[in-house]
Amino acid sequence: MSSINYSEKIPNNVNLSEDRTLQRALEHWQPNYLSWWQDMGPDGSQNFDVYLRTAVSVDPQGWAQFGHVKMPDYRWGIFLNPAEQDRKIHFGDNMGEAAWQDVPGEHRANLRRIIVTQGDTEPASVEQQRHLGLTAPSQYDLRNLFQVNVEEGRHLWAMVYLLHKYFGRDGREEAEALLERRSGNDDNPRILEAFNEKTPDWLSFFMFTYFTDRDGKFQLCALAESAFDPLARTTKFMLTEEAHHMFVGESGVSRVIQRTVDAMNQLKTDDVSKLRAAGVIDLPTIQRYLNFHFSVTIDLFGADQSSNAATFYSSGLKGRYEEGKRNDDHQLKGNTYKILEVQNGQLVEKEVPMLNALNEVLRDDYITDSKAGVERWNRVIEKAGIPVRLTVPHKAFHRNIGSLAGVKVNPEGRVVSDAEWNAKVSEWLPTAEDRAYVASLMGRVVEPGKFANWIAPPVMGINRQPVDFEYVRFN
Amino acid sequence: MNAPAELLNQHLIDPEICIRCNTCEATCPVGAITHDSRNYVVIADKCNFCMACVPPCPTGSIDNWRQVPKARAYSVEEQLGWDELPPALTDVELSAMGAQAAPETQSPAVTGTQASSASAAVSGSAVHSADYGATVPPWSAAHPYTNLHGPKAPTTATVVGNFQVNEPGTQNETHHIVLDFGSMPFPVLEGQSIGIIPPGTDAQGKPHHARQYSIASPRNGERPGYNNLSLTVKRVVEDHQGQPVRGVASNYLCDLKPGDSVQVIGPFGNSFLMPNHPRSHIVMICTGTGSAPMRAMTEWRRRLRNSGKFEGGKLMLFFGARTQQELPYFGPLQKLPKDFIDIEFAFSRELGKPKRYVQDALRDRAADLVQLLKDNQSHFYVCGLKSMEEGVVLALRDIAQEAGLDWPSIAQSLKREGRLHLETY
Repeated sequence: MSSINYSEKIPNNVNLSEDRTLQRALEHWQPNYLSWWQDMGPDGSQNFDVYLRTAVSVDPQGWAQFGHVKMPDYRWGIFLNPAEQDRKIHFGDNMGEAAWQDVPGEHRANLRRIIVTQGDTEPASVEQQRHLGLTAPSQYDLRNLFQVNVEEGRHLWAMVYLLHKYFGRDGREEAEALLERRSGNDDNPRILEAFNEKTPDWLSFFMFTYFTDRDGKFQLCALAESAFDPLARTTKFMLTEEAHHMFVGESGVSRVIQRTVDAMNQLKTDDVSKLRAAGVIDLPTIQRYLNFHFSVTIDLFGADQSSNAATFYSSGLKGRYEEGKRNDDHQLKGNTYKILEVQNGQLVEKEVPMLNALNEVLRDDYITDSKAGVERWNRVIEKAGIPVRLTVPHKAFHRNIGSLAGVKVNPEGRVVSDAEWNAKVSEWLPTAEDRAYVASLMGRVVEPGKFANWIAPPVMGINRQPVDFEYVRFN
Repeated sequence: MNAPAELLNQHLIDPEICIRCNTCEATCPVGAITHDSRNYVVIADKCNFCMACVPPCPTGSIDNWRQVPKARAYSVEEQLGWDELPPALTDVELSAMGAQAAPETQSPAVTGTQASSASAAVSGSAVHSADYGATVPPWSAAHPYTNLHGPKAPTTATVVGNFQVNEPGTQNETHHIVLDFGSMPFPVLEGQSIGIIPPGTDAQGKPHHARQYSIASPRNGERPGYNNLSLTVKRVVEDHQGQPVRGVASNYLCDLKPGDSVQVIGPFGNSFLMPNHPRSHIVMICTGTGSAPMRAMTEWRRRLRNSGKFEGGKLMLFFGARTQQELPYFGPLQKLPKDFIDIEFAFSRELGKPKRYVQDALRDRAADLVQLLKDNQSHFYVCGLKSMEEGVVLALRDIAQEAGLDWPSIAQSLKREGRLHLETY
């Protein structure tokens, strides 16, 4: 007999209570997941009652149920967006054919790889962020961190569901491996490099949720176009949750900036040492964090020319961002796209077949989206009457993947010598001293409605609750 | 519809808080949200206040409202240019613009804010009745098809019947309209609704948006075995304040002749659905045209009963109207066998009699309702004017508590198990 009451414990719309095979796979996996969560989930917080949003169904009312729950009791559900009837593949070589409800044999390996790579990022970010709870600047922020964490956990479930349901034994093995890799572990690291970096402080966390979770959004958007219908429907639903993560990032950085410009106006100074003495994060440091997270994140889109990307597209596994809204032939065979490379010490554009440049296409869409948010941060600075503006660095700056890997380019996009790079890098990327200063500000604030000195309160609470609501009960 | 005095509680998005994540636009069932590279905005004449976009918004920026004269609603172009929301208009400014200050009773356009805590505070009660409604169907509901025909590609139905179903000469002229879909697939269930797109354009020269109507016929057709369905439509000739207005869609529908074509979208709705297992009870509480889904469910149960192959549970109907003459389907309802359905009418404007509302009728039948509230085979459906919703939920609560039942746990299981459904407008 099963030990789990499926409809209660695992809210789902995949008919789990009647799928014995899936139940058996999950019965085995679920205890391992919970033990992973105990070991690698938020540190020292398992007994807190946290005001969390739980999805219990996919309709607008059902997916945002709020209440205080202990994180290990969070009901990680399995949800697919409602099926679109007679959905057709809308790009690539199989365009016009019925979307796949099962995995075609010839695409099995590639699809599994895509799902595992996506799935691996979810527990990785929980691991990266597991100590942040100890230094949360407020209850409100602590709650947001935990919300992000449990939803990353749910996204792992979503990917594991696909592995269990559609990939048989090797799917089950991959699902186990997702719980065995560890972020930053030398012997068994997470798959993507950015997910092995530390998230040491809350400014990093906000930058990570703004920039790196936005990479997640674009990857999910591309997968939401997939010919493999269960993957498309799963990722569509994940996008609704991903929006919250980017909100945490965008509003978090915005509040840090708000506090800084308030202090600048109060003290009538832009002197970094005076501002640091006042305990706020100076704008140049914020700019350097931005440069770092932006450049590390755009590497995640992969090499600028990739035959894998072409294969994934042509075979219908992964589309472009908003593929369905684009007005071209959705085959791209004759199309070209401009990528960057260095010739004679200069960055030059080079035209290549678009199919091979699809990583670059997605990266450029991502950059446009990222810039818009940075402009909104600038509005906060502008409103305070301060002439400084934050900028997104050039896309060739500080890259480690593709033809730009290792090329020394300044944030404005000019190729520089090693000597110039070494002389200026401390103006462009966070220094050890910057990180130590930001770390020195991190201290836990637990009283409802109180905020650490380096960050402004939010304009409104969660789910119409007041800002000083007891979002976390520490017990 | 565009009397200068008419107020609109305009739905707006706060551009300072919004992060442009596209969740609202992706969620909106009627395509009322759009964006440019700068802002996400609500199209005033498309938004039907269904509130589907509110819970999914990660920022809370979606839940903003401004009272404006309807004719002076902020346009999409204005909103796209905003860096912040405009200040709310004061009553003085509103009256200077020819509008009356916020009315005590709610206009249809204002009902959307019912879901926000602000209006719950206005009504002076701690009960937020909408919270009691289930968002899941009962376990034995049939699986619904939804959104087969969207606003961009409506389907065409042919009118095959249109007649008045309350006494001619009464104020609330109500029609029973039968639409046939020919060979186009339009499978529906009792409790679902469809959207009707009136022909022509509104005062701004834009195509009319769709108006939603509950289906009044059972799943196998108004006429069994045919691809048709029926609607219950009240001709709107005044607004909620009694000001004369001509409802665009309702007048169009009530004036249709057999053979006319109608543009239809839908079907919609995946939780207000009836139980299909034997011995399940159905308690229906409605006013006016809120009777449409109740008629559909009752008729389906009647057909099942006539087949002799289905053992139904108890059916109870609480039906309110101002007078007996106004009540739709009064005659046919009287003909239903008493051992099939237990009907309580409540009339609020009957000459020489005290006003009686559906919640009064509920209290009068407390003894029967207590038994039904205790029984987890009971399913409750409420449909009608928004203003009745809270009264009905309060009456059910009082009936339960006076009988010593644990109302919070009953309410919770009604909601969780999809056994209490509220659909009010």
